[in-house]
Amino acid sequence: MTRHWRTFFVLSLILVSAGCTSKPGPAPTPKPTGFGAALVESSGGKQLGATGMVLADPLVVQVNDEQGTAVAGALVEFSGPAGVRFDPPSGLTDSSGQLSTNVALGGMAGRYQLAAHTSTKAQKSVELKIEEIALGYQQQVGFQLDNKYCARCHNPESTPERVSNYDNLEVKPHPFTEGDALNKMSDADLTAIISHGGPALNKSALMPAYGYTLSKTEIEGLISYIRLVSDPPYHAAGMVYAQK
Amino acid sequence: MQSSSQSSSKSMKNTLFLLWQALFGDPVRAFGVVSLLLLVLLAVAPAKNHFSEWRHYQKQYLALIGNRGDAVTLLRHFHEHDGIQQIWLPQLGVVDRCTTCHVGLKEASLADVSIQPFRRHPVIPHTLDQFGCVMCHRGQGPATTVEEAHSSTLAWEQPILPARYVQSSCGQCHRAPLTGTPQLNLGRILLARYGCVHCHTIKLPDGSAIKPTDDPPSLEHIADKTTREWIYAWLKDPQAYAVTATMPNFKLSDTDARDISAFLISNSTPIPGDTAPVAKDQKAPDPTAGASLYGESFCASCHAVQNAAGNVVGGDVGPELTRVGNKVKPEWLRAWLHNPRVYDPGTAMPHYRFTDPQVSLLTAFLGNKTDSDLLANVHLDAATPEQIAHGKFLVTDYGCASCHEVNGIRKPDNFAPELTRIGSKPLTQIIFLPGMTHAIPDYIAAKIRQPRSFGSALKMPQFNLAPPQIDALTTALLSLTDRAHDLPIALTVPAKPVSNYQPAGKAGQLMADLACFSCHAINGRGGDMAPDLTWEGSSVQRRWLQAFLKNPGTLRPALIRRMPRFNLSDSDATELTDYIMAVYQTPAFDRDSMPAGGYPPAQVEQGKQLFYSKYACQACHIVDTKVDKGYVGPTLTQVGSRLNAAWIYHWLKDPQTMRPGTIEPNRNMNDEDARAMAAFLMTQNGPSKQEAKK
Repeated sequence: MTRHWRTFFVLSLILVSAGCTSKPGPAPTPKPTGFGAALVESSGGKQLGATGMVLADPLVVQVNDEQGTAVAGALVEFSGPAGVRFDPPSGLTDSSGQLSTNVALGGMAGRYQLAAHTSTKAQKSVELKIEEIALGYQQQVGFQLDNKYCARCHNPESTPERVSNYDNLEVKPHPFTEGDALNKMSDADLTAIISHGGPALNKSALMPAYGYTLSKTEIEGLISYIRLVSDPPYHAAGMVYAQK
Repeated sequence: MQSSSQSSSKSMKNTLFLLWQALFGDPVRAFGVVSLLLLVLLAVAPAKNHFSEWRHYQKQYLALIGNRGDAVTLLRHFHEHDGIQQIWLPQLGVVDRCTTCHVGLKEASLADVSIQPFRRHPVIPHTLDQFGCVMCHRGQGPATTVEEAHSSTLAWEQPILPARYVQSSCGQCHRAPLTGTPQLNLGRILLARYGCVHCHTIKLPDGSAIKPTDDPPSLEHIADKTTREWIYAWLKDPQAYAVTATMPNFKLSDTDARDISAFLISNSTPIPGDTAPVAKDQKAPDPTAGASLYGESFCASCHAVQNAAGNVVGGDVGPELTRVGNKVKPEWLRAWLHNPRVYDPGTAMPHYRFTDPQVSLLTAFLGNKTDSDLLANVHLDAATPEQIAHGKFLVTDYGCASCHEVNGIRKPDNFAPELTRIGSKPLTQIIFLPGMTHAIPDYIAAKIRQPRSFGSALKMPQFNLAPPQIDALTTALLSLTDRAHDLPIALTVPAKPVSNYQPAGKAGQLMADLACFSCHAINGRGGDMAPDLTWEGSSVQRRWLQAFLKNPGTLRPALIRRMPRFNLSDSDATELTDYIMAVYQTPAFDRDSMPAGGYPPAQVEQGKQLFYSKYACQACHIVDTKVDKGYVGPTLTQVGSRLNAAWIYHWLKDPQTMRPGTIEPNRNMNDEDARAMAAFLMTQNGPSKQEAKK
């Protein structure tokens, strides 16, 4: 009887341990062959992406030494708030001193503060802060509408596909990132100006009324998008909560 | 001789007997013990209930809201629905208890809470009570433990859908593109554009099948067009020739690529007229003239070229031309530029009616677009019959004819597995790779990312896709679920029906020859690069249209993609004008209901005031080139000789009805304003030719 129990115990121990070992452990971090002094962003920062989804362009950072020349083989590790995924999360810089990673933002709309780390020869950590913005469904709708209706006048930057009309306007519109001006306006003000045009708030008539072109939910989406991209960030005036 | 086992069994019996005596020795004691046992057993269920996970979360939630300013409201909402919550939608088969732990989903004031399960749900167009949770997020609705609700267990295999693919769920009901689902829309476009559906059949719930949009070239006459060396280099690595190429990499060995190229060349048949002799005596044409003709003809609207910085500049309707000189034979290119329809009757390329010198200029300009490295290491000996036979075997084996026409090889049916319900494929039918998460999204994404990682003998080639494109394709495929196919018809939002509109007669032939539909849409068919022409006859004036077809001018100076000049003959321009003016008329109004001129000056003046002050149209349009600067809409300096007065009036009243999707805002203009503005605009005939010359 006891022998049976013992066999069973040994067998289950083997099974359990086999189950444990088959789990893939975290990929080992490679050993750095080079050390830099500074970390700079090459491209891929300040992107707009959808919540949970991979950003359109990879994030590329570069490691430089004191003279500003690129360092190959330096170890760079990326980190971010919960829900953010990096592919790869760490790696060695290539021959041009750069490391590229694909970033997927978390499930909540908002600004994401990401960081890249590398260490110097003296084991001192160097950090680079990067910001990306995640659009939720509502902001995504606003972003699409901005591209279609607003950006030609409100975005001063021209692209080959879209020449900006900003410089042609006598009264300059506020770019949506201009938080200093737009954060002072309430949601009701923004709704009024989008629906009824500039004159509704005693502003320029060059801003036409969109209340008969866009639906109520579309205007709400547009406003939530404007709130998200504004710089400095927008904080809704609302209830003040007791802090712990 | 007493064995030790006998003595141990004896002592065990003794112990058991003593225990029995202690518990059930006399009836009163037995009654007490049994009652106690019963009581403990009865307490198991309430205890399990009391210590359940969901109660734990509800207690946490109460602690969380307790010290908030709006605690009273939140508490009231909570106590209205105490205990286990359930959303039951029999029609959709939804039994969702998720709201038991996700208590704050509907609380708008919890916007600052980021810990789960207490976040409020972000704003979406549907409410929880309409559709429940699992319709979009998958997972197990009836489960009441975290593990069972979110992960796949032995009994329930459907885990939660990762947030990155959540748009796929919108696609179960919505067949048409939505503003809020760019990733799903992109994925659906890629499914058709990368030719996935050439090999994989995908039937939609409405019974139709997704049709490819990539139009891979026929290989029946390929020897007229290109060399065996180029085919070899292309097969080895399509993206080395053109970074934007959608042709996947089949990872062919050198000998396989050699044999396929041998077969394709030997299998090709000539078409009379698809090559034209290249004059040798001419001195090399001016390269700058070639470049400017390329620019004037707006080739870049459809064709891209990679510049020195590595950026791809230009449209994606036609193939990339960065190294086209390595590919095409000059005599084929001459004939193609003269009339592309000889070689490929269905091509999206317009028949430009170039003159001989123009064709020479462009042939020389494009012929110089080469990369000396591309074919430098390709040296092929003359093909042997064995190589050709092996090449034919490979072409059949890899299913090349699924995409390309090949002489003597029939397009295979169902070459690859059907993907109609791939989003609900049972996990038991899938072989996962070691270390892979056992879930459908991971499987689909891995298959697209690296098909041959599932077995080196697999035929599916390696596609050149960026991570966001892979996620988009996975999203589109995940939307093809059992639920999508079994939904009540009333709940689905159908896609716009596919139009096979074909204009009739000689004008119809002309429009096909000029490939108008590559850029313009008419009656639901065609591209979106240029304006929709469905009501063009109601919109413009006859004389303007005829002149425009002969020599297209600039309506929107800021655009880089513009209508090219096709060098039409007078009779062809008249034929087209007649057809457009007669057929493309809106039934909404009579184009002769308003006169072209003769409006009272007071009304014109009133229109001018409205234009500049009340409606401030100069923000986007130019009427007076000296003052106005608006560059968003078309220039209106000559609108009085271009547009029809009744069209302007109806356009001002409701632009979106006249041309759906236009960005001109609807100003809800009253009748009087619209009439005055139309009167003002009809007086804008621009500077006369003499004035312009001065």
